[in-house]
Formats: sequence, structure tokens, C-alpha cells
Amino acid sequence: MGKVQTVKMVVTGPFAAGKTQFIQTISEIEVVSTERKISSESERIKERTTVAMDFGRITVDEDLVLYLFGTPGQKRFDFMWEILSEGMLGFIVLIDSVRPETFREARNILDTFRAYAPTPYVVAANKQDMEDAWSVEDLRIALRIEDGVKVLPCVATDRESVKRVLLELLYSILERMDAEEAESE
Amino acid sequence: MALKGNLRDFSITQLLNLINLARKTGTLTVERSSERADLCFREGKLVYASLGNQHNRLDQILLKAGRLTTEQTRLIQAQVNATDDKELGLWLINAGYVTQKDILQSVRQHMLEIVYQLFTWTDGKFRFEPNQLPPPERITVPIGLENVIIEGTRRMKEWEQLQDELPDLDMALRFTDRPGTSLRNISLSIEEWRVISFINPRNTIRQIAQATNMSEFQIRKIVYGMLQAGLVELVRPEGREVAPPSRGGERREAPLPPPAQRPPAVKRSVVMRLIDRIKQL
Ligand SMILES: Nc1nc2c(ncn2[C@@H]2O[C@H](COP(=O)(O)OP(=O)(O)OP(=O)(O)O)[C@@H](O)[C@H]2O)c(=O)[nH]1
Ligand SMILES: [Mg+2]
Repeated sequence: MGKVQTVKMVVTGPFAAGKTQFIQTISEIEVVSTERKISSESERIKERTTVAMDFGRITVDEDLVLYLFGTPGQKRFDFMWEILSEGMLGFIVLIDSVRPETFREARNILDTFRAYAPTPYVVAANKQDMEDAWSVEDLRIALRIEDGVKVLPCVATDRESVKRVLLELLYSILERMDAEEAESE
Repeated sequence: MALKGNLRDFSITQLLNLINLARKTGTLTVERSSERADLCFREGKLVYASLGNQHNRLDQILLKAGRLTTEQTRLIQAQVNATDDKELGLWLINAGYVTQKDILQSVRQHMLEIVYQLFTWTDGKFRFEPNQLPPPERITVPIGLENVIIEGTRRMKEWEQLQDELPDLDMALRFTDRPGTSLRNISLSIEEWRVISFINPRNTIRQIAQATNMSEFQIRKIVYGMLQAGLVELVRPEGREVAPPSRGGERREAPLPPPAQRPPAVKRSVVMRLIDRIKQL
């Protein structure tokens, strides 16, 4: 039996923020996702929603694999959140930059995840390609993001953009590791 | 005439057949070691089922069926007397949480799960108390026994097969290292996703079943499917016994430590390798 190490990162955020898209763009496998057609009128801003989670993968080499888990956006599936957050290396909060009505919820999601695990995270302001997108600076204020936390522009359909967000999260993780090491010396 | 005995001599299939054919009314109680199941029948139809070690209350049934969230059940418990299922059901419908159909479907599903589980009991004392029906505050749903017997027998065969294929629930699971191949086009249920998210060489299959509130049959079936699909493989459990907590699984004895106390042990070099890989993509 091999000694493959798996590490996990979670992509969270409100309904329709682009979580599935984000993982789909970077995953080497087709995203395994439990989606279904949306029935309620109020949520019909798109056809399908994730009901349990998305699951993507990036193989680093034969003994290291990164899993990306996307949380379901709808509130009634939030029992998945805590399960998904177990053992994560870090997380990404995706914001729908064109729908301010979801900002409050994004903030709640952020707080919830922070309570689950003290791991590093970044905020990605998604859909920056759209005309109505709020700027990163405004979003930082609107969502009351702390100074030490990165708020990054993102277009989840664009591979380079998704890569940049993942890299920034990994840099934050490195910084945290270095800081903790310095502390223990 | 007392209907009493042991499942060793008279199986669940035979009992249900008898109750069905004789159109019996009453309660069948089955006990083995610390477990106890009660099945109530009216004129040969199953109308109510409860299992001693499971959530049998309506709010818990709805939670398990995904019709309510943990948060909602907490709020509800604070607001309404949750011991009377009928009262609670009416309240939930009036408050717009669920529909009557949701309730009936979830209760039906819950009852069926219990009966099917009983098919896997090969040992245990039973007795049938004629004319005894469930307490009036419980919600009853009539289910014909013919199909239950057919499906239960099918599952029993499957169960025997699964026990041969996957004998040891004290093994742990991990994701296989063959990327790309079999994951495509897999469509997983919420139950399966729940299991997936607990997969970790530290968690035994038994612990995953406990944490996700699944019966041995359910967990065996899911794990077997995943093994067949090449998604996971069996490994000896590593180190301490730790299962991640889930807000869905309220009834565990000792509370597990919150995940905040268990950051993953990932080395700096691992993060460096991830960075290099993503840069190349
Ligand atoms: N223009 C634009 N559209 C995007 C971007 N990211 C996602 N979308 C679109 O936004 C919609 C929602 O994306 P999803 O990936 O389904 O969102 P989600 O967060 O997974 O949604 P739920 O699972 O339902 O919570 C889809 O129609 C996407 O194509 C983006 O960066 N730019
Ligand atoms: Mg989605």
C-alpha cells in the first residue's frame, strides 16, 4: 500500500457565487458534484445548484494529492460544512461581486468556517469580469475583512485567475507556518 | 396463543409473512443484547416502527431525511413540545417548515429502514402483543408487507454477500492513488458524500457509521460500492481514534474535540510542492 498524502482545501461562499465553476476550472478530473435542478422560484437565477458538495482533484506527484471540496450554497445543506471543514489545510471564501444581497451571508459563512478551524483563508471576489462587479477595495470594507487577510480579484471561469487565488492561499499558509515556527523558537 | 420465540428458529421473513397472511393487529418486539425494535401492525399492515438506539422522534427523523437543518431542530425544540409527534407535525406544517407529504415520506422511509435492518438480525428474542398499537402521539403510515418482504429478502442476500466481501468494520479507508480513472461519471448520493468526507486512515468504518448515523448494512453497502469503483481502499487504522464531529450526529456519548484542536500535520515541504505544481498548471 502506498503512502500517498492527501491534503484538502475547501471552497465556500454563498449560493451561486461560482464555487462549482472555480473547482471545475482547475480540477484535473471532471468535478464530481451532486447537483440538481432548482425548484424554488426565488432561487431560480440559474439552472442547477450543488446539494452536497463538489469534489475536484489536483495530483502533485505519485505521493501527494490535493482535493478541492466545494460546499453547497443553499442553507439547508449547511450540515455539510462542518464535515467538510475537518482537516482542511485552508479555505477560500468566494464572494459574488455582483450581488450585494449575498454579502451578509458571505460574512456569516466566513465566520462559521473560521470557528470550525483556525486555518488560513483568503477571500476571492468572483465575477470580476462583469460590469456590475464591486471592486476588491469596496468589498473589503463591505464585508469587514481584517487587514491581514487577502481579498483577491477572481474570475472563476479563467484558469490563470483560479491558479492565482490558490497560490495566494498557499502563500498565506506558508507565512502562517513560518510565523508559528518563529514563535516556538 | 402467544407468539414468542427466537429469530434463530423463526425468522423475520417468516414472522412478517404470518402477520401479513393473518391480517394481525398488534406490536412485535424484537430484542438482542442491548438493542430493541418495535413494529406495530394494523390488520396486517405495518403502521409504525421504532428502534431503541435510533432517533425515532419526528424532528430527528426529518433532520436525518434532510428536511430540517440542525439549526432548525434546535430552534424548534426551544419553541414547541417536541415529544408529541402529531402536534409537532402540525406545527411544522403551519410554520411552513415542511409539507405533510415531506413528513409522511420521511416517516415511511424511517420505518422501512428499521424493518430492513431487522432482516439482518439472525438472532434475538421476539414477542407479539396482540391489539397493542403505538401511543396516540405517534404518526402512523400504513405500509403493505408484501413488498417489504420481497425487498427485505433481497437485502438479506445482499447483506450476506457484503459480509463476505467486507468482513471487518474495524478497518479504515483512504482514497486510492490512481487519479483520473474511475472517478469520472460517478454520481454520489448525499449519504455517500457524508461517508467520503469522513474518509481518513484514522477513522475506522465502524466509526464512520457511528458519526454518520448509518446502520452496518448501509455503511457496508456504501463502502463496498466505493471499493468496487476504485475510489477508496482498505487500510489498517492509524493511531488514535478520532472521528470528526458532525452537527447531524447529535447522540454520541462523549463529545469529540472540535476540529479546531486538530490542525492537520502538513509539512512546509508539502506546501512548497503544491505551489510548484499549481504554478505549472
Ligand atoms: N461572468 C462570470 N460568471 C461566473 C463566474 N463564476 C461563475 N459564474 C457563473 O455563475 C453561475 C453560478 O456558478 P456556480 O459555479 O454554479 O455557483 P456555485 O457557487 O457552485 O452555486 P451553488 O452550488 O448553487 O451554491 C454559473 O452560471 C456560472 O457560470 C465568473 O467568474 N464570471
Ligand atoms: Mg455549486
